[in-house]
Amino acid sequence: MSINIFKINEELKEFIPQEVIDLEEKATWGNPKRGVMDLPYAKELLEEHSLCAGCPESMAFRYILASLPNPEDTIIVNSTGCTSLVFPHIALHTVHSLFGNQNAVATGIKRTLEWRFPDKVKDVIVLAGDGATVDIGLDCTLQSFFRQEKITTICFDNEVYANTGGQESGTTVQGHVFKMAPKGKQWPKVPMWQLAIDSGCHYVVRMSVSSPKKVEQVVKKAIYVAREVGPTYLHFYTPCILEIGLNSDDGLMEMRDKDKERFKFFEYVSPQAEEVIAKKKEEGLL
Amino acid sequence: MATLGPSHYSPYPVAVYENILPPPPGKALLFTEVVDEEVAMREAAKAMLTRENPTIFPGPQVIYAWNEEAKEKARLIRELAEVLEAKIIPMVDYRPKYPKIDPEKEINPNHPNLTIWHNNIKACIFVGVHCHYANVALKIIRAETDCFTIALCSNAGHEDAMITLRDQHADELRKFIEIAKEVKKEVK
Repeated sequence: MSINIFKINEELKEFIPQEVIDLEEKATWGNPKRGVMDLPYAKELLEEHSLCAGCPESMAFRYILASLPNPEDTIIVNSTGCTSLVFPHIALHTVHSLFGNQNAVATGIKRTLEWRFPDKVKDVIVLAGDGATVDIGLDCTLQSFFRQEKITTICFDNEVYANTGGQESGTTVQGHVFKMAPKGKQWPKVPMWQLAIDSGCHYVVRMSVSSPKKVEQVVKKAIYVAREVGPTYLHFYTPCILEIGLNSDDGLMEMRDKDKERFKFFEYVSPQAEEVIAKKKEEGLL
Repeated sequence: MATLGPSHYSPYPVAVYENILPPPPGKALLFTEVVDEEVAMREAAKAMLTRENPTIFPGPQVIYAWNEEAKEKARLIRELAEVLEAKIIPMVDYRPKYPKIDPEKEINPNHPNLTIWHNNIKACIFVGVHCHYANVALKIIRAETDCFTIALCSNAGHEDAMITLRDQHADELRKFIEIAKEVKKEVK
């Protein structure tokens, strides 16, 4: 993608509203040190979103987009779910794949980009919900890990199929009751982060998105490791406040509560990934 | 208000259901008539030079410097505005902005009538607006205002505009500027 598509023609600049000029002038394109601290000023990737008020997934979206080290050369592959409602609003190349095959699509894109632009760094990131990653798309997700594809997979885990009315998913906690799962889930939650480690991911994190700076750190690490070593996996808790009966302003507290329980920060780093992370720290990029 | 039937799917009149079609290549559309490009340019310049508050609405394809032609077109649009003594109000993007839009500074294809009403615009030129949004905006303007609409389209043209010029690129814009200069001498 050319950054020029966001540059306003000098000839017409004096007629353009200031807020649009700000989008260009305060943009963080081309700066690998961009991060969540730019969020109040830089709106070039996402200004408004179409998710519910107070939705933790929208927070995750903002933090992730603010943390991309190379947004001008990043492609996001997404899948069916609430996330797919946001993609038309973001100023990045995105591909909406069929439900569950997002990692297969990302594989194709990554391989093609490597072939087409051998001298350029192009990041491919999968952003999908727990249904697409752990249930319907588990095959494609794990197969991409087995094949050591250099892509970053991010799972937004809200522990339920939320936008279809509340069916239990693989990541629903045992015993949890939802509108379409009235008897409560019979089996334990799928430990996807553990499956990712066993399947060959080099950098794996499980956490909630209650801490923006922490999200920035893990997203950057995951992308740098995926670039140079192999698959990386981030498992974020982004509760659906509607499905679990919370108010718009309760999302953050819900995540903070779960930070102490089943979403306690967990990080796995392979020896090769450690080398990359150490190198990036030396370069001042982490 | 709508009744069953193809054109009634639209809440506004649709030119194509009144048997008005985009012009063939090399030609232009003046209301319902297919005419030579030069004739249409002359009438367009006349409309802009004689009606109240003429305005050019440049769209994203010319606002942003995404290729060399866009840069050249932006320069030519500026020149055209000077010749026609027209204001420039940009259509920077297509997100609906009602009711927050500032109609003095911006036009939006989803509610273009607000800008036209507010500024009492009686003649306007659409240029650099992606076709699907130009189609929407031109239908709304046609139904809701008495503004004379001129579409400078780089593709097949827009039958809902009062004057449609198709395949308009930098060379055609230069030609339009020259014709506008001639018409200006005649009407002023």
